[in-house]
Formats: sequence, C-alpha cells, structure tokens
Amino acid sequence: MSKRPYEKPVINKLRSGLMNKFGWSPAYARKVRTAIDGVSVDELCGQFGSPLFVYSERTARRTYRQMFNAFSTRYPNVVFGWSYKTNYLQAICALMHQEGAIAEVVSAMEYDKARLLGMPGEKIIFNGPHKPMAALEKAVSEGAVINVDNLDEIVDLETVAKKLNRTVHVGMRLNLDAGIYPQWSRFGFNLESGQALDAAKRIARGGRLKLNGLHCHIGTFIMDPQAYAREITKMVKFGYELREAFGFDMEFYDIGGGFPSKSRLKGVYLPPEVAIPGIDEFAEAITHAFSEALKPGDFPKLIIESGRALIDESGYLITSIVAAKRLADGTRAYVADGGVNLLFTAFWYKFNVELDREVGGINETSVIYGPLCMNIDAIDEGIQLPPLKRGTRLIFSPVGAYNNTQWLQFIEYRPNVVLVTEKGEVEIIREAEDITDITRRERLPKHLELKNGK
Amino acid sequence: MNRLSQLALSDEGFVFDPQTGDSFQVSETGIAVLRALKEGRSDEDIAQQLVAHFDVALEEARRDCTDFRSQLKNFGLA
Ligand SMILES: Cc1ncc(COP(=O)(O)O)c(C=O)c1O
Repeated sequence: MSKRPYEKPVINKLRSGLMNKFGWSPAYARKVRTAIDGVSVDELCGQFGSPLFVYSERTARRTYRQMFNAFSTRYPNVVFGWSYKTNYLQAICALMHQEGAIAEVVSAMEYDKARLLGMPGEKIIFNGPHKPMAALEKAVSEGAVINVDNLDEIVDLETVAKKLNRTVHVGMRLNLDAGIYPQWSRFGFNLESGQALDAAKRIARGGRLKLNGLHCHIGTFIMDPQAYAREITKMVKFGYELREAFGFDMEFYDIGGGFPSKSRLKGVYLPPEVAIPGIDEFAEAITHAFSEALKPGDFPKLIIESGRALIDESGYLITSIVAAKRLADGTRAYVADGGVNLLFTAFWYKFNVELDREVGGINETSVIYGPLCMNIDAIDEGIQLPPLKRGTRLIFSPVGAYNNTQWLQFIEYRPNVVLVTEKGEVEIIREAEDITDITRRERLPKHLELKNGK
Repeated sequence: MNRLSQLALSDEGFVFDPQTGDSFQVSETGIAVLRALKEGRSDEDIAQQLVAHFDVALEEARRDCTDFRSQLKNFGLA
C-alpha cells in the first residue's frame, strides 16, 4: 500500500478579514523556486553550501542595458557611474565596467578597489565627505573626477593643486530641495541658501581650482520621477549662473542615483510592480527637464550613479531552515542559517520569500529568525507559510544591493557568493570565510597567551 | 481531553467549538490527530498511526504531535 504524502498537522483559528484570506490563498504565499537561471537550488547548495548568495549575470547585464538604453535613447551624452558602495564585489564591479559604466567611489578604500580592477583614474568619480589628503592627491594626479563636499576639502584641493603646480578641475556636490523628504542636506553645499554660490566664489577667488561639473544625489528609493526633474532643472540653472558669474563651464551634470528596485519597503503595501514607476518614466522626466533647461547646442555629460536599481534583482540569498519553533504566544517561528548578519537591508525591506519545493498544508502566520543569538535577528516577522520542516530552503530576493557591502562579520562566518554566468556555469566570486579571516588581523600580547587553557 | 471531545469535526477540515463559537481550519493530518486525541490515544500511538498512513518518519511525526498539542493548548482546546 503506498502511503499518502505528508503535511504537518496544523490548526488555525478562522477570523474574518485579510489575514485569513491570505492564509487561505496558497497562491499568494507559496512561491516556489527550484532553480536560479536554470541551476537547481539543490545543486547550488550541494556544491557551495548554505547559506549562499547567488547572482545572475544574465539579469545584471539585462538590467544594465535596459536602464542605460532608457537614458541613452533620450539624450546623446549619458554616462553611468557604478556606485561601488551598493556592491563592490569585484566580479559585480567588473561586470558593470564591461557594460560601460565608470566607477563611482566614496572612500579611499573604494578608490583603491576601482584602481585594483584596472579602472584608470579618469574613469573614477570620487564623491563623499571623507577624502583623506593622500587619497585626494592620488586621485587628482590620476585624473579622477572629484566632487567637492565641503569648504575644508576645497582648501585641501588647493593645497594639492599647488603641490602639483597645475589647475585642478573639480565638480561641486549640491544639496537642494527637490521635494523629497527628508532632504539630504549633510552632503555638499546647499543651493537655495546661497551656500553653493559662496563656495563657487571661494573657488574662483582661490584661482587654483576650476569648477567643471555639478553633482547631487537627492536620496535613495525615490518613487517620484518629477523629483529628478526638479533636481536637474535647478542644477542646470545654477550651472548657467556659474558661467555668467565666473566663466566656469559645466561639462557634466551628475544627478546621483536613488532609483527604486523591485524591493518592497516596509510599510508599503502595494506590490512593487504596482507601486514603483518604471525606469522609462524616470528617464523621460529627467531627459525632458534637462533638455528644457539647457541652452540650444549644449550637450553636457549626464552622469547617473544608479546603484540599487541596477543590481538588486540580480541577487538571491538561499538559506536553510535549521529549526522550527512555536513561540509562547503560539506563533510559528523558524530559524534560518542566514539572518540580518547577511541581509542588512532586512531592517528596511520585506523580501520576496520563495520555497525550494512545493509544501502542502495550511498557511500560518510565521516569523523567520536568523541564526544570531540576538533579539534583533528577524528577517520576516509576519509571513504566511505552510508548515515547513528542517532543511527546507528559503530563497530571499532581491538582495543584490547593499547586502554584500553592509553585511556583518558578526557571530557567524560569511558564506560563499557565486555567480551564475550567462552560459549557465557557476563561479565562486567570494569564498566563504573561515577562522583565519576572523583572526588574521588580531595580535595576542604575549602575556595573554593561554597555556593549557589557563 | 474533555474539552476536545466536545469539538465538532468535519471531513473537509473544519472544526467547531460549541463552547466558544469559534471555528478552526485543520489540515488533513491535523484531523487525523484530533480524532485520535478525542479517542484518548497516546502521542506515541498517534505518531505510529501517522507513520502507517503517511509518508513520514517516526521522529518527525512524534515531533509534530507535540507541536500540534501546543497549538491546541494555545487555542484553549486542550
Ligand atoms: C553619491 C551617491 N551616488 C549614488 C548612490 C547610489 O544610490 P542608489 O543605490 O540609491 O541608486 C549613493 C547612495 O547612497 C550616493 O550616496
């Protein structure tokens, strides 16, 4: 006699309202993913372990081309600067550079990373509030595009220009009111208050630097295309004021990044496909406003520093359930082998969660905890899941943006990161850590060395 | 177990508690376990029964019986 397929015994109280409707609708919650770009989840974990970050080369390249085309078909002089902080795994940066992006870095470390990959200085945009003197000098002498953040940096740049005995071209980071709240006013010079104009005056007076571009980044996960239209209109107007007042010609307008990915911000209940405008809407609003603001015949470079929107959807994290629990209040809880240590963005985003297999049974409101022995480690605190057994895999997405840079080396080792290539092959792009990664930089003073555990 | 014996079970997986007026949705295996509990069978017995009828290992079945009991307790049914 053949046995019937088993699903775990579950009892759910029937309540009226939404919760229950979702509980009854398996199609809503039970998303199954058995493979990523044709490579089975089982095979991936069998070979590379769990948890495991997996990137799709195909998705990354397709997304890049889609986004770049959205802009380049509407304006003839577009450059993408790959925002390193979003994901500075070498393979990901190299892929973006192969597609044509230059590098956008915000620290000496990121600058070194770009150089190490073979990017020449002139293909690096150096942003950020902390540019140590040595890094600044190196960047200037290698021809990097430098966007000045503050007055002290202007002084440093003048020192460098004097030392190298040449005029140095710089861009200026602005902050402005584009109708986005909170307004990011801590970076660069404020436009509306006249701070930016004062800084330009200061630069002109110093005589060693020349302004040749304007930069701004109005925030991240911006849902309103018109915010960019307002941003670029103000930037161009200011650019012409600078030409008028000081004879500075703007060769580039860098509008930063901030385009949303198809992630779901906590607190936004519409699914991302509905709530988020497509990239064409952004490109249309931006290039339209840009062309309107520019004088006929002017085609300065339009630089875009998109991070999240370019890579988020290419990244997955496969985790495995190591234990199932029931909390004191009856809530079903699972412990997964990857948590907020790997998914730093879990604090703001609710991920798409897929199971590696069909699982029968009634959905219950469940909590997914990570492996850390810390109360903060919860990846999802209210998800409808059928009863899952140990070993079931949960696949989180999109996780390609900001996780592999902000992940924590905390309590657990960081796992393998692999890339599924366009040919369907799987390459390790970052090896799993072991104990030597944790202790390599530590020094144990002689008198603290233990002998026989004492 | 007294409380359980009052529950009304349907084959479609619905349970009605006449004392409170609450209704519940129960999975197929849940119904099997509930029926056995109403008959006063032991956990071990019930786990064996699950193994006999369903494609599940004894260890997992035992564990799930324990879990199912805590679910019942939670709803004030046991
Ligand atoms: C200057 C600058 N450019 C680009 C980005 C990339 O932003 P996003 O990932 O939102 O596109 C950031 C992110 O904070 C940034 O600070």
